Order: sequence, then structure tokens, then C-alpha cells
Amino acid sequence: MPLSDDGAALHLKDDDDVAVALRPLAAGTAVRFGDGAGVSVATEIPTGHKFATRPIAGGALIRKYGQVIGRATGPIAPGEHVHVHNVEGTRGRGDLAKGSS
Amino acid sequence: MSERTFLGYKRANGTVGVRNHVVVLPSVMCANHVVELIGRKVPDVITIGHPTGCAQVGADFEQTKRTMAGFAANPNVAAVLVVGLGCETNESKALAEEIAARGQRVEVIGIQESGGTTETIARGVAIAQELLREAAAHERTACPLSALIVGTECGGSDGFSGITANPALGYCSDRVVAEGGTVILAEVPELVGAEHLLAERASEPVAAKLYEMIERVEARARAMHVDIRGGNPTQGNIAGGLTTIEEKSLGAAYKGGSSALREVVEYADRPSERGLVVMDTPGQDIEQLTGMIAGGAQVVVFTTGRGTPTGSPIAPVIKVATNTTMFERMRENMDVNAGTIVDGTRTLEQVGDEIFDWIIEAANGREPAAEALGFRDFAINRIGPSF
Repeated sequence: MPLSDDGAALHLKDDDDVAVALRPLAAGTAVRFGDGAGVSVATEIPTGHKFATRPIAGGALIRKYGQVIGRATGPIAPGEHVHVHNVEGTRGRGDLAKGSS
Repeated sequence: MSERTFLGYKRANGTVGVRNHVVVLPSVMCANHVVELIGRKVPDVITIGHPTGCAQVGADFEQTKRTMAGFAANPNVAAVLVVGLGCETNESKALAEEIAARGQRVEVIGIQESGGTTETIARGVAIAQELLREAAAHERTACPLSALIVGTECGGSDGFSGITANPALGYCSDRVVAEGGTVILAEVPELVGAEHLLAERASEPVAAKLYEMIERVEARARAMHVDIRGGNPTQGNIAGGLTTIEEKSLGAAYKGGSSALREVVEYADRPSERGLVVMDTPGQDIEQLTGMIAGGAQVVVFTTGRGTPTGSPIAPVIKVATNTTMFERMRENMDVNAGTIVDGTRTLEQVGDEIFDWIIEAANGREPAAEALGFRDFAINRIGPSF
């Protein structure tokens, strides 16, 4: 599990689009993972929440644990908070079933 | 396989209990009050209360009855007194027969037949005292770890569940399976999005049954025209950093470890295989807990990020905190701190070993927090309306 250089965040798998904050990260905090390019978090990220580690296109599938956890509802920039405001589930979506309003 | 054993109660039907309770169980909610009053006069029995047992039909009734029978026949229970009313759907003598068919010591009384509340309580007290005397004669003896069925559960999950407590429990689950024991992974709505990872480790028929159970969940969401987000993940899960059901599921599935998936069973059904088993329960904590224990689990390990105090009337429930902040804030409700994994003070394997040791100690009689605090959570999953 690659930790960020200062141990503040965790990037679980190489092809993940997101990292998890291990403590509250103030807006503007720079987070760097080993040799990879660092990101600066855009807004405060609460503990246990996710931020993007690379650009995510609107409509793209988002990966954590190396697996799909949902779809971006709009473009997400590196360092942005990734949560219910910009990610929708792809499963259990009975609201998308035929006949739903 | 190691030579480690635990001190359990060998039951006549071949199962092994880790507790030696006498349970007083109402067959119908109309008997709840009498059961409670028997418990006040005989405080050493475990009394159960529930809102089910009448005006139920079909699969819903069958599941309610199966759950009560399985729970009453859990090896942690030495004997059962069923208290009925007399006119209920879940006829008390038929329930007692089903409990007896599972090899359990059972007595039954009815309120109408006994002539009312006071006489039923008097009869119930006398029977309960006799069952306690009988139970006191049972002794703990050394039993192999392969006799254990360990239920796994996560409740009040957060962004750390899939990083700390659940993978540590998964490491422990692999150890239980290596000892020849059984591990139940449940809460099927919280496997939606992670089912392919389990199916890869299963035979074709077992994988097909798993996919069928997952499809039932999504079919229910379609029938109701709802996004299950909001109900699951819950508002608390979302506040804790979980965004979608897929994300929650991928974290939840770690609890089962990495061994082959051997069997998929219905709610409250006892596994026929050893090793890793999936049980179809809802994600709702108490209904899940009751279902796994009705399926024979003697010990449950419950991971939590937000802090969930839940405990069973008849089985030790070991609480594993996903983060140190909550572990310290709710210290009296927690047993193991997996937050130490991200704090950098312990490895995932060390926490997994601590959980494994806790399971054996709990099996030997040590009370985890929920048991010491006297929790008696019990709820049966309903699959149809009352009529």
C-alpha cells in the first residue's frame, strides 16, 4: 500500500484514480507519492475521504482497490475531493430502470 | 492445521457451543410480555422479544420459523423454553418440534392452554429453573477449531473499513479456514460490485448462486425504482467517506479473506460445507447478526468505523474499530483497534492475529464488550408483509 511521502494519504493500487486521506488535509496541502507527480488538494479532505490523483474525464469509470467504484458525473481535476457530489454508482441503480421518473 | 483447541460444550447433535445459555423464546409477539416476566423471576435465562410470528404466509413465514428454530438450536444454547399464545400462525408446538428435530432440548407452554398470564409465568418459571439445573451439568472440554463457525459483519463502515479492519479480519478468516473452521460472509447488498472477486474463487454452481443472490438485490432496487445509495451506503457511511455501494462492497468483501468460496446459503440456513460461505442476509446489522447465528455461528467478529455497539443475546460479538479516533472515543464498546494499521504501529497481520486470538478466547468464555454490556439484539429478516 503506497503511502504518501508524509504518510497523510494512501494510494491503494497503481491504476487507482484516487487516494484516501488518512488525516484531515487542508486545502492546498501538497501530497506526493514516491517518484510520482504530487497533487495539491483543492479543498479540505476529511479523514477517510478520497481525492483524485490524476484527471478524470466526465462519464469515466473511477477505480479504487484496482476496481470500479463508480462513474464521474463531470470532469474531476487532480486534487479534487471525489465523493457523492461528483460520482454516481453504476450498480443498484433501480432509479434508472424503465418506468422510473 | 495447528493443534490449538478451545474449551467448548459438546452437544448431543455433534455441534459445539461456546456458551451454555437457557433461552426463553416467544413463538409470537403476543407472548413477549410473559417471556419478559419469566426472565425477571429467573434472571439467569436469556429472554428474547420480537415483533413476528403471526399473520405471516409463504416464504416469509417459513423464513421466520426457520430463523427461530435455527437460533434456538444454536450450540451456544443448552435448552429452550418456547412460550406460545395458542392461536398464532407460528404454532408453538410445531416450532418446538422443529427445534427438537435439530437435536435441541426444548420445552413448550401456551398462554391460552395454561389459563392466562399468571399461570403461564408460574409454569414457565418452574421449567426454566429445571432447564438451568440441567444445563449446569454440562462442562467445557477441549474441542478442535474446526468446530467453529465464525460470522463476519461490518456496520457503520467508513473510509478505513476496507483498508484496516476488514483486510485484518480477512487475514484472520484465512487462518480460521486453514484450521478447518467455517467463516460466514454475509450482507449480500454489500457484495454488489465485488461479487466477481468471490465468484473467481468458487465452483461454477456456487458462483451462479452468488450471482443470483446479487441479482435479487438489484431486481428489488429496480422494482422500487430507487438508487440504493442513501439507504446503502447510509448517510453515516457517506459522511465517513464511502461514495457508492461498489466502494463499500469492495471493502466489505475483504472480511472473507482469500480462500475458496465453498458454498452460498439462504438466510438462517446452516452451512453444510466448511471453509468460506456466503449467507444471503440484508446489510441491516441486527437482521444479519440473527441470521448468521441462526445458521450456527457461535462467535461473530464485527468491524465498525462509525462505532456500532450491537451484540447478540447468545453469541460473543467481537468489535474491531477501523480507526483509532473512534476506538478511543467509544472505548467501552470496542475490543480490537485496527486503526493501528494506518497509524503505523502494527501490521495488518498483527491485528489479524489479535482477532484470531480473541475468537479463541471468546470461545473459551472471555466476554467481549457487547456481551459484557448485556446486549440482546435480535431481529428476523422479513421478506413479505403481515396479513
